[in-house]
Amino acid sequence: MLDEKKKPLVQVKNLKMHFPINRGILKRQVGAVKAVDGISFDVFEGETLGLVGESGCGKSTVGRCVLRLYEVTEGSIDIDGTDIATLSGAELRAKRPEMQMIFQDPQASLNPRMTVGSIISEPLDEHLNMSKAEKREKVGELMDAVGLARRFADRYPHEFSGGQRQRIGIARALALNPKFIVCDEPIAALDVSIQAQVVNLLEDLQEKLGLTYLFISHDLSMVRHLATRVAVMYLGRLVELGDSETLYMTPKHPYTQALLSAVPHPDPAQAGNIDRVILQGDVPSPANPPPGCTFSTRCPRAEAVCKQNSPEWREIGEGHFAACHFIE
Amino acid sequence: MLNFTLRRLMFTIPTLLLISFIIFIVLDLAPNDPTGNLPLTIPPEVRAKIRASLGLDAPMYIRYLLWCQQFFINEPLNLMNEWFGWCIGDCENRLRVSSWATRSPVVDLIAERMPQTLWVVGMSYVVGIMIALPIGVISAYKQYSWFDQAGTFVAMVGFSVPTFFTGVLLIVIFSVWMPNDSIFWLPSIYDTTHEVTDWSSFVFQIRQIAMPVMVLALYNAAQISRFMRASMLDNLSQDYVRTARAKGLREKSVLLVHVLRNSMIPVVTVIALGIPQVFGGAIITEQIFKVNGLGQLLIIGIEGADIPLVQTLTFLFAVLIVMFNLVADVLYGLLDPRIRYD
Repeated sequence: MLDEKKKPLVQVKNLKMHFPINRGILKRQVGAVKAVDGISFDVFEGETLGLVGESGCGKSTVGRCVLRLYEVTEGSIDIDGTDIATLSGAELRAKRPEMQMIFQDPQASLNPRMTVGSIISEPLDEHLNMSKAEKREKVGELMDAVGLARRFADRYPHEFSGGQRQRIGIARALALNPKFIVCDEPIAALDVSIQAQVVNLLEDLQEKLGLTYLFISHDLSMVRHLATRVAVMYLGRLVELGDSETLYMTPKHPYTQALLSAVPHPDPAQAGNIDRVILQGDVPSPANPPPGCTFSTRCPRAEAVCKQNSPEWREIGEGHFAACHFIE
Repeated sequence: MLNFTLRRLMFTIPTLLLISFIIFIVLDLAPNDPTGNLPLTIPPEVRAKIRASLGLDAPMYIRYLLWCQQFFINEPLNLMNEWFGWCIGDCENRLRVSSWATRSPVVDLIAERMPQTLWVVGMSYVVGIMIALPIGVISAYKQYSWFDQAGTFVAMVGFSVPTFFTGVLLIVIFSVWMPNDSIFWLPSIYDTTHEVTDWSSFVFQIRQIAMPVMVLALYNAAQISRFMRASMLDNLSQDYVRTARAKGLREKSVLLVHVLRNSMIPVVTVIALGIPQVFGGAIITEQIFKVNGLGQLLIIGIEGADIPLVQTLTFLFAVLIVMFNLVADVLYGLLDPRIRYD
């Protein structure tokens, strides 16, 4: 690996996000949903880190914590040298231009009563001192960049199709020239033909603007196409992290193996021949995770040790991490 | 939007005609007698003559059509004559809708009573809205805080305690228990002949209007603050609020620009739908504080079986309700860009 490429832009250490459960007449806290339970990873400058996992495993929560859209319970999030987990209101706002998010639902994440132009230019009003003409020019440039006609600036979000709305969301995220963008399942709400367009747009923008992405998705083939490195999440914890190619070719963790074997084969004639690892049972509740390894209840290789000791997060190859007792 | 409004206005004409007919039937079926309050010594044949002089011996549909002619043709012509001096037809001897009890034209009676009602009830509506909106916004923003709990409690009290109780309670506290020389002493009777000419008479006006306004404002604020709170909560959890925060906006702009503006859409329509009640007056509160407004006029009319008066007042309320329904729909379309009527 080249050293200059290995400069981490984002360093997440021991991130925990526990949502309190309040019950009873006095609404006392009786427990916590451990949506994210102690995860650490780096995102290097200019790369795309894919974050995959099944529904409800805490992927989106990680994305929101990393931009501090939630108040994190524990841990540090270092973005470009500043720990944003402890920043106060005004300092955090000043930091916001550097880090942006593209949301999953392009319909709900745009204010229905604002025109596209004002949605895109609102962050400019807040963070920069621009004249009206400059702002209009900037909005026009951003709309060009994402492939929307400039004359759409006076329309409202509901007048657009899903793909166009996601482009508005991307233009909005780009308005302040961020370095780091969290893409929270940006293509999940789009149909397949549009997915490719949006993903290509994200790639083009990354190349042009030197962006760094944290790409959250459950679409494994899309992540393989887009990501430099991939992190796999299960029940609030990371189970494996490695280079995209290595991880897809030789998955080490039994959960990653099961997840990857679930990817449909493009050739239906061959599909029957694949040896699929089918997991039994349901994902345990994050309010009450099993002791030891959280995957032990469903793991085909689980043994007694798994139910007692939580496996260590360790490097098993160059830049390849996993948390399992049985990986050499 | 213009086409929609015109189309809706056209549909209101048959609706209102039907409403006026139903009101007429109901009043005709009601077992009251305009001569019922007269002394018992009046012999039945004289009573029958009195009834005939009021036009009660004619068949029901004739009486209805006569009312229609008087209300829809004669009254507007009379208004034109009074306002602009245009005299069309026989403007000296035109038959107007007149009250049986007072013998004066009903429209003039309403015009006399309207200012008191608009001042007292209208003011209470404005005060209620001004109290309710901030309470609703803060309650939703700090959901389940002590402020929210207190707001919920006050709203429940405002909802469930009737105005004839709160009105009398306030009179007992501020007019009876309070010493007469205290600055907090308030008069329990609203003096409609009072004129504001200087500072001290203005202060007196404030004092006499304070209690009826507060009684009604509590009731209005209770309703509107709940709507405001629910609508704010609905919007606070929307994704676009998270987007606004991710943009790095100040919490104030997130709340006031994004959340509040979207939350106001249903609240504004609720407020618009409540305005006819302001014109309708507050029958009970006006009675308690002796405000001689429209609500009191209606009660007097019902007690004396003054059918033309009750018919006309009720019909005007119906017109206001239909109109403000239309206003609410138009406002909804103006405020929410997703709604297009054309």
